[in-house]
Amino acid sequence: MILHELVDFEILRVIWWVLLGVLLIGFALTDGFDLGVGALLPFVARTDVERRVAINTVGPVWEGNQVWFILGGGAIFAAWPPLYAVSFSGFYLAMFLILAALILRPVGFKYRSKRDDERWRTAWDWALFVGGFVPALVFGVAVGNVLQGVPFYLTEDLMPMYEGNLFGLLNPYALLAGLVSLSMLVMHGAAWLVLKTEGIVAHRARIFGGYAAVSTIVLFVLAGFWLAAGIDGYAFAGEVVTDGPSNPLMSEVEKGGSWMTAYGARPWIAVAPVLGILGAGLALLGFKAGKEGWTMIASKLSILGVISTVGLTMFPFILPSSIEPNSSLTVWDSSSSQLTLFVMLVSAVIFVPIILAYTAWVYKVLWGKVTSEDVLDNSDSVY
Amino acid sequence: MELDIVELSRLQFAMTAMFHFLFVPLTLGLSIIVAIMETVYVMTNRPIWRQMTKFWATLFGINFVLGVATGITMEFQFGMNWSYYSHYVGDVFGAPLAIEGLMAFFLEATFVGLMFFGWDKLSKVAHCVVTWLVAIGSNFSALWILIANGWMQNPVGAQFNPMSMRMEMTSFFEVIFNHVAQAKFVHTVSAGYVTASVFVLGVSAWYLLKDRHIELARRSIAVAASFGLASALSVVILGDESGYSATHTQKMKLAAIEGMWETHEAPEPFNLVGLPDMEERETQFAVKIPVVMGLIGTRSLTEEMPGINELVIEAEERIENGLVAYDALMQIRAARGQATPAQTALFEAHSEDLGFAFLLKRYVEDPRDATQEQIEMAAADTIPGVPQLFWAFRVMVVLGFAFIGVMAYFFIRANFYRMSFPRWALRAAVIAIPTPWIAAEMGWFVAEFGRQPWTVDGVLPTALSVSNLSVAQVALTLAGFVTFYSILFVIEMGLMVKYIRKGPYLDVPETEAWVRKHRERLAGNGPSTQPAE
Repeated sequence: MILHELVDFEILRVIWWVLLGVLLIGFALTDGFDLGVGALLPFVARTDVERRVAINTVGPVWEGNQVWFILGGGAIFAAWPPLYAVSFSGFYLAMFLILAALILRPVGFKYRSKRDDERWRTAWDWALFVGGFVPALVFGVAVGNVLQGVPFYLTEDLMPMYEGNLFGLLNPYALLAGLVSLSMLVMHGAAWLVLKTEGIVAHRARIFGGYAAVSTIVLFVLAGFWLAAGIDGYAFAGEVVTDGPSNPLMSEVEKGGSWMTAYGARPWIAVAPVLGILGAGLALLGFKAGKEGWTMIASKLSILGVISTVGLTMFPFILPSSIEPNSSLTVWDSSSSQLTLFVMLVSAVIFVPIILAYTAWVYKVLWGKVTSEDVLDNSDSVY
Repeated sequence: MELDIVELSRLQFAMTAMFHFLFVPLTLGLSIIVAIMETVYVMTNRPIWRQMTKFWATLFGINFVLGVATGITMEFQFGMNWSYYSHYVGDVFGAPLAIEGLMAFFLEATFVGLMFFGWDKLSKVAHCVVTWLVAIGSNFSALWILIANGWMQNPVGAQFNPMSMRMEMTSFFEVIFNHVAQAKFVHTVSAGYVTASVFVLGVSAWYLLKDRHIELARRSIAVAASFGLASALSVVILGDESGYSATHTQKMKLAAIEGMWETHEAPEPFNLVGLPDMEERETQFAVKIPVVMGLIGTRSLTEEMPGINELVIEAEERIENGLVAYDALMQIRAARGQATPAQTALFEAHSEDLGFAFLLKRYVEDPRDATQEQIEMAAADTIPGVPQLFWAFRVMVVLGFAFIGVMAYFFIRANFYRMSFPRWALRAAVIAIPTPWIAAEMGWFVAEFGRQPWTVDGVLPTALSVSNLSVAQVALTLAGFVTFYSILFVIEMGLMVKYIRKGPYLDVPETEAWVRKHRERLAGNGPSTQPAE
């Protein structure tokens, strides 16, 4: 089959790097508000009915939203196998925690209101809180570690060997990144609740959302300065082959320098951090002014900006190795083969528009606020 | 004793996969049964069918969520515990998983919310379409997962690339039209349909025994028995198809299932029962039926089927051959991209057996240093656990045939005996509820345990596929999964039982009105007339 050579290997790699970003951003934009609602649940909703209202705003959509995450995992496996192999095994126990949290969450949504028992429901409320809070934090912690480089190396057989441990992941910079991610998703969850509820739940969400927007801005800026001042970047040392075989050991990488050189080389990427800050600022104004639709859009823009900032700052690096920089995974040496990337691209081109179309339709059908009357009138069929 | 990382990782994978597959078959089948019921509702407009749809959909939902939740583990686990596998075959194996997400899982997960929350927001027809989309999504999902699994059993359309040290896809079409995958797909989804049919049949039978929800139970039995009969036949036929493909792709697995140690003159007899003995390499007390195995395996009377001992000798030859490939690979690698055409040609000529050289890694660091004795040991490792496979297979097959009998019986009673079911038959149907799960788990056991010692047949040994983790880490997560999953299982079962006891929603006044009207009509037409469906 020669068809797949229609698109250059180098271009396919860049496309899949962009698509990986699209999936992660898609995940943060959709499932992100579910996580945020979970993390906010005990604070914005105090009574059972309030909690059911909050839960039912995400009730019909969390399942579809979560697929962005599953698909993100699948796309990493299919398009960036070395990244999948190194990161999932390296972050082993952290991954287990995320898994446990993400399993608790669906079960919590589905099972919480199936018994009319206060202890049962309170227990599931905490499960939903953990299921929202933990992943929102841990995803950021993971990104914080990736920016610093991760202690792994590849053997000659390309077997990933990881030298760190769970507690090594919880370093100060990574925790700061975790808080950025948590604030951002809480802001997003609050924006969603303001949009989908009314009365006291919406009122509390507006207040928490405002705090979260401020904290997103402050922590994001702080993380940026810290990255510039205190964290080593990575760069290619020798010749860079962009369409060679996917073998990370074939290129030379050195640690040192700064990630910020990317902004000298490609000044336009500054758009991303600006969008991250501006979006959160607009969301803050939106929360204050009670412009719920605008708040949601502003929050989305902020997430888009923050996640893009990380990717664009690191490009072409995906997962640098702190202990053996030559093992670092980059866009040019960690992808699948040209054929696989092409086949996947064709599937994505066919299915992503279809997915977006039916997802939009589902949201349209479900348009409108969830009220306590809705919950009480349909007590048997809703969550 | 060294409780090694390979055994622990396998145990964890087996445990989480088998747990996941407690929920999947019911999702596959019940989604379609619910969609059929809703279609009848849309076509006939009778509220009883809406009530049935909603009732079975509630049970579907309780089950579905755990299938989804435990499915996340499956997708993560390859990277977490099988990182060398992920690197080595991700180029081929990852694609069907990702396409599953794009094409199938997105569909089912996006619409399942509307299926539960959209009753008042959608027209009848639109809601019915949504229910079908959920059913189609879950079944497509199985298709792509089985394409990925089929590739592990029969790795077509891929080649080893010495530069990137991994298998790379050479033909996507060969990967998706892999006949092993296709046969497995239909076999597996049919098994799911049987599971759901037995479940619907059993629960309805329980209602009839308790004299509750008669209208719902009878109609549900009618649907389950027809759907179940067709599916039970399909399971057995496609299971046979899988056996036939194994003759050509996984000879060792087939020989092990049959406890067939020596190559027999064609046509092979079938070992009905017997006691396979791994030490003596023979199947004791075998009750043989002449000719049958030859017919199942080769569909001919003249083609020979190799026995285990012959296959071990073959494996030894392939190891020797693989060592040539391994040596050439090491030279290519040492040349750092400057390999001579002769080296490359030598590698390519033998690369098909490269995986067999890796079998030696269990015994020596560099396979080229292996002694003859080690080569023989590695060749003997290609024999999977014969007694386990032999018996698991037989349990599955006996149950498979039993399902045909059960479904045929209820189909006949439902259609030709005016839905009158003897109490013993109803009791048997209730007791039978867990059996399709046993059959399904046995089926997976045969497929995957029978694939050992490989993760990808003939390509990558299981022992080499694992991540570089500590025993403590995997033991911790294994304990975590066992505890966590056990709790979830108890909760799920509790809710299932609660909602079965509770029965259908009685908040559908129109249903009651309809039933009343129906009774009046019946009374008018004479008491023996059964409701026209």
